[in-house]
Amino acid sequence: MSTVAYITARGLFGRRRVLLLLPLPLLLVGLALICRAYDVSPDQWGQPVVVGLGLAVVLPVISLIVGTGVLGSEVDDGTIVHILTKPLPRRDIILAKLLVAAGVSAVTAAVPLFVVGVLADSVRFGLALVVGAVAGAIAYSALFLLLSLLTRRPVLLGLAYILVWEGLLGRFVSGTRVLSIEQYVISIADKIAPTGMLEGLVSVPVAIVMSVVFAVGGTIYAINRLGSFSVAGETS
Amino acid sequence: MSVVELENVSRWYGNVVAVNDISMTLQPGVTGLLGPNGAGKTTVLHMMAGFLAPSRGAVTIDNSPTWRNPGIYRSLGLVAEREAVHGFLTAYEFVLACAKMQKLPDPAAAAKRALDLVEMTSAQDRRIDTFSKGMRQRTRVAAALVHEPQVLLLDEPFNGMDPRQRMHMMELLHKLGDEGHTILFSSHILEEVEQLSGLVQVIVAGRLAASGDYRRIRRLMTNRPHVFAVQSSDDRRLAVALIGEKSVSGIEVEATGLTVRASDYGSFTRALPRIALGEGIRLRKLLPSDESLESVFSYLLEA
Repeated sequence: MSTVAYITARGLFGRRRVLLLLPLPLLLVGLALICRAYDVSPDQWGQPVVVGLGLAVVLPVISLIVGTGVLGSEVDDGTIVHILTKPLPRRDIILAKLLVAAGVSAVTAAVPLFVVGVLADSVRFGLALVVGAVAGAIAYSALFLLLSLLTRRPVLLGLAYILVWEGLLGRFVSGTRVLSIEQYVISIADKIAPTGMLEGLVSVPVAIVMSVVFAVGGTIYAINRLGSFSVAGETS
Repeated sequence: MSVVELENVSRWYGNVVAVNDISMTLQPGVTGLLGPNGAGKTTVLHMMAGFLAPSRGAVTIDNSPTWRNPGIYRSLGLVAEREAVHGFLTAYEFVLACAKMQKLPDPAAAAKRALDLVEMTSAQDRRIDTFSKGMRQRTRVAAALVHEPQVLLLDEPFNGMDPRQRMHMMELLHKLGDEGHTILFSSHILEEVEQLSGLVQVIVAGRLAASGDYRRIRRLMTNRPHVFAVQSSDDRRLAVALIGEKSVSGIEVEATGLTVRASDYGSFTRALPRIALGEGIRLRKLLPSDESLESVFSYLLEA
């Protein structure tokens, strides 16, 4: 593992912020367990829990916490300077950060989603959610990593994307769905394990291509931005 | 041997000009970058360190530009003013990580040597967030020195250090300078430079105000007139007596007291009580009115 990835992971798990990752997955699994325990039919709880909570909230919010934490917090407190004053290609730095962010987000979101998928339908559905979550985690992480280089308030902007763009506009304005990672995740998972619970609003090829566009485009742009990372003096 | 060069460099933020057409060449040895707070020292250092693009002009180290060129960090070390460090690491882990990111052949030995250089070996296994300001500073210096860079830039390195640490740091910088490293440190405290007594570059309001040997600049500064505000039991009679004193170059009589301009700080402050005593005048107030560094620096700018 590269030193950058090592420091990033240490930083991520060394901060209290990491505790924020716990409640959402627990809530997700907890809800599914309660529904099962009371013998509620998955037709009734499947969609709200899997899509409404799991894919619309848990996956993006976890990716947001992690994605802005791997780089944004270092930019915030200035420790990024220690990493930037090394003769490392900026590409290596971004890729290491992205690897940690996507890896942690994917595991944190995919495990509870798998459990919920199994409880709701089948192992196949659980695995489909895992594949979707991993793809989503990569795309989200690239996006939020980029945001932490573009703005001083990446969390705010990321939340706006999740809540307003994906949550609100995605529901009413069909055109916005083409730029909604949540929709890609739904389409991909639905393709792997078709159930009545997921309703893909974008076609599978669009979902795959656009996920790649988000991941690759965001990464390349982030590498470029990090290359011209400026530290303003007191005079600014 | 490395040379840092600024060629007609300007940097502005929107309408604010932070650095105005500065040219300088840093040779091996220790150079002090002096100036009051907000003069643009940090901006200059950040441009040298590749963290800021010059709005105009060129900043190079051994003829390669510093902006968007991570390769320069092989021969450049930076100790930034912000003391942010990865506090969750121990000093050794931190310096070792820096050595690894520099891709040194033996990072562990390099880290040990660097920590030894700044006398941090005894505390190397403690987490950095348990350190005092001075210890943090030394750890950051160790991290910046771990790859033995030809060029070392330090932004206000003496802040928060006690006199002993300060002296040790100065010795260290001297040693490195004598070994042929190019060292630049910034400071807004003139006296700090005295002991390093090398070359200085003085920046005031974004311009290069003076450049050269510290002693020459120091002399310039001792020759400038000093202004004092004086109040006494009889201002006008005191003014008459004072004008006969050689070190006094001008007096203004105002309703609130006297404004005395003295050409020599030392002899005036010695003469004043003697004269007042001789005339039987009681002094109520004596205030050097332009002793702020800003005025010292702006005097240099005018000179």
